[in-house]
Amino acid sequence: MRSVLPIPFLAVVLAAPAGAAETLTIYTYDGFTAEWGPGPPIEKAFEAECGCDLVFSTAVDGVALLNRLKIEGERAKADIVLGLDTGLIADARETGLFTPHGVDDTMVKTPGGFADDMFIAFDYGHFAVVYDTQKLAAPPKSLKELVEGDPAEKIILEDPRTSTPGLGLVLWMKAVYGDKAGEAWARLKDRVLTVAPGWSEAYGLFTKGEAPMVLSYTTSPAYHVIAEKSERYKAAAFTEGHYLQVEVAGMTGKGAENPLARQFLTFMTGPGFQDVIPETNWMFPAGKTAKPLDPAFEALVKPEKTFLIAPEDVAANRKAWVDEWLAAMGR
Amino acid sequence: MARRDGSLTAGNAALALIGLVAGGAAAGLFLAGLADPAGAIDAFDARLAGVIGFTALQALLSTTLSVGLAAPLALALNRHAEFPGRALLLRLFALPMALPAIVAALAVLALFGRAGLLAAIWPAMGGGEWPGVYGLPGILIAHVFFNLPLATRLLLAALSSAPANHYRLAAQLGMGEASVFRFVEWPVLRAALPGVAMLVLMLCLTSFTIVLLIGGGPAATTLEVEIYQALRFDFDPARAGALVLAQVALTGLVAAFAGAREYRAGNSAAMSRRPARRPPAAFAIADAGFIAAAALFVIAPLAAMAASGAHADFGRLAGEASVRRALATSLGLGALAGLIAVAAALALASARKTLADRAAPSAAVYGRAAMLILVVPGAALGAGWFLLVNRFADPGQFAIPVVVAVNAVMATPFAFNVLRPVHDSGRDRHDRLCAGLGIAGWNRYRLVDGPMLVRPLASAFAFAFALSLGDLGVIALFGSDAIQTLPWLTLTRMGDYRVDDAAGLALILGFVALAAMALSDRLARSENP
Repeated sequence: MRSVLPIPFLAVVLAAPAGAAETLTIYTYDGFTAEWGPGPPIEKAFEAECGCDLVFSTAVDGVALLNRLKIEGERAKADIVLGLDTGLIADARETGLFTPHGVDDTMVKTPGGFADDMFIAFDYGHFAVVYDTQKLAAPPKSLKELVEGDPAEKIILEDPRTSTPGLGLVLWMKAVYGDKAGEAWARLKDRVLTVAPGWSEAYGLFTKGEAPMVLSYTTSPAYHVIAEKSERYKAAAFTEGHYLQVEVAGMTGKGAENPLARQFLTFMTGPGFQDVIPETNWMFPAGKTAKPLDPAFEALVKPEKTFLIAPEDVAANRKAWVDEWLAAMGR
Repeated sequence: MARRDGSLTAGNAALALIGLVAGGAAAGLFLAGLADPAGAIDAFDARLAGVIGFTALQALLSTTLSVGLAAPLALALNRHAEFPGRALLLRLFALPMALPAIVAALAVLALFGRAGLLAAIWPAMGGGEWPGVYGLPGILIAHVFFNLPLATRLLLAALSSAPANHYRLAAQLGMGEASVFRFVEWPVLRAALPGVAMLVLMLCLTSFTIVLLIGGGPAATTLEVEIYQALRFDFDPARAGALVLAQVALTGLVAAFAGAREYRAGNSAAMSRRPARRPPAAFAIADAGFIAAAALFVIAPLAAMAASGAHADFGRLAGEASVRRALATSLGLGALAGLIAVAAALALASARKTLADRAAPSAAVYGRAAMLILVVPGAALGAGWFLLVNRFADPGQFAIPVVVAVNAVMATPFAFNVLRPVHDSGRDRHDRLCAGLGIAGWNRYRLVDGPMLVRPLASAFAFAFALSLGDLGVIALFGSDAIQTLPWLTLTRMGDYRVDDAAGLALILGFVALAAMALSDRLARSENP
């Protein structure tokens, strides 16, 4: 370590002005470009195809990504913003930075279908209650059973004020219970061991064995099967249906002038991008893959019904619905 | 007088740095907030009153417990200057604060959680099923785990600044432990307690991850959670700025209520070797029990952390470019921020002492007031600066200076508390003598103050270094491509299901902090035999 101390500092300074015409700049979230994330292989594959330089610039998560765009405004260097989710689309549109992509996205498929002139889906996942088979023999079979079940069997949730899955469950409850969501939350309260600030913290607590259930994704068990060869954790299928999270990418006004941007969006819908997604981002690919998914993905819970509240409705009601959650849970 | 005014100049420079970091962030938030000032006013509603109440309650309880236990613990450790493992214990005491909150929280739960050690032995002791500690008790336990070791180290540093000839005199006069406490230890302890209590209070007031994770639900919400929400989820800079102001005001208010005033240490003198103390047997046994219990409370969660980290594949981790890069970045950031923090803390301590000797009320500005920076969340500082810089340049290019400056400023209050007791007692002892001999300026630092301060300086640096290994909040907007630290990497791995990697990285982080403490001890000893 002795002599390399200043290198990361220098590297960033030196890397900054290194752009020429053949560069595509993508804003995304940290996890995407992490060493084990989808970023590195996708960068390699696209650079081989376009003979250009693909540069990722990150914010810590999708929400921070949107905030960064709002702050930077016209100064934003992004040609493409990748990693917003359906809950953020309304706000993103409002920034006025995005422009219709004009790319053929007919082969992109998500449950319930997602089509937008500005944003293209690249992966999706359903929220689900993941449980520990060693601790829970009879998991809840519906949201109703979760709400009304034995308070001694605890669940760890995420906070809707600070995390996307937390907000996801608020929307899920709203979709199922409507005006009665507040009462349902009040009933569920005794079953909640704690409300973590984010998914990482909640899942960390869950795998430490603090509670037999956690709010996560239907795809979570695939990680444990593929990476750990463990069948211990399973997602519970709920009869009412599951709430969907779709991750999307959009092209900025700046990107519209860069031919590489549209080329990347087309690339994104195809196998060069999509093949990487399942086992790096642990989500379902929305576009075409060249090979079938690992059998672990085929074995996952397949929701019969999908909930997805329109982005505009979420934006308009988010505060009221989170306040309802606060009132019921904060008592 | 010339040197004294020089010390004021340096102190003012340190204040200016803190003011610049805080002021720049505030300017960024409020300039952005001008576009939509409604959020700032909306921030204050009936629910917020409850949040403020809970924030203050848990912080006061946590501080009372942490400092209330740390004071007798520091006294016990002060009575027994030599026992096997003492140095190691004190180094381990520096670990919790270097760990990301989530890692420390999981470590505490390994002991007190529903799947923890207590849960395993509780039924055997006839206690039925262990309910866990979620709620206020858990918050308090976790805060004591974080802050008891910190407060103990700071108070012990103050106690060791008590003049050795006082101890010698006490021994020659055959004073009992009660009298030693009253005449020798209490004066220095009393001088240090308000500062240490204030520091702990501020850390507890701004607690976020622990409060949410162990608090059991949104009934346990601190102002920090509200700030985070306003900043990150709602992106409402005006509201965030108003909430930060409320948090600063609350801290000031609580500190005023708690009576955190400036005390003057009694006249102190020599730093020479102390006589070994031989407390009566009853004391020795009670002390041993107390020290052992506290050691267990701090070490058991650390051991649990080490045990879960041991599963990690260190060979693979060491080979990963991202791990090496994060380690190098954390070391570089820690060293740079640590150096700046120690320099700023020394300047503040020196200016404060000069003014306090003149009985100038402005002395408090250099002491307590400079600490207020701690209750401004790193995320708010980072976001404020991002907003400000963005008005005239690409913020990405300013990420490194901002992260270094914010970390340095946040570590300054800790370094200040380590340095101040020794610095002040040295000044009391030497000022008149040096004036008489005409020793001033650099010569005085080289011959008089320097040798005496090497130890606390090294210790303050190690503290600041450990703290600065990586603040997570600052980079929220700047993005990780700007600066990737070990704590950041730990969290990224957790966010990617790689729990074993995260545990291994946390262990590496712990080792780095431990090594820094050991190195500073060694350095201090070789320079100051």
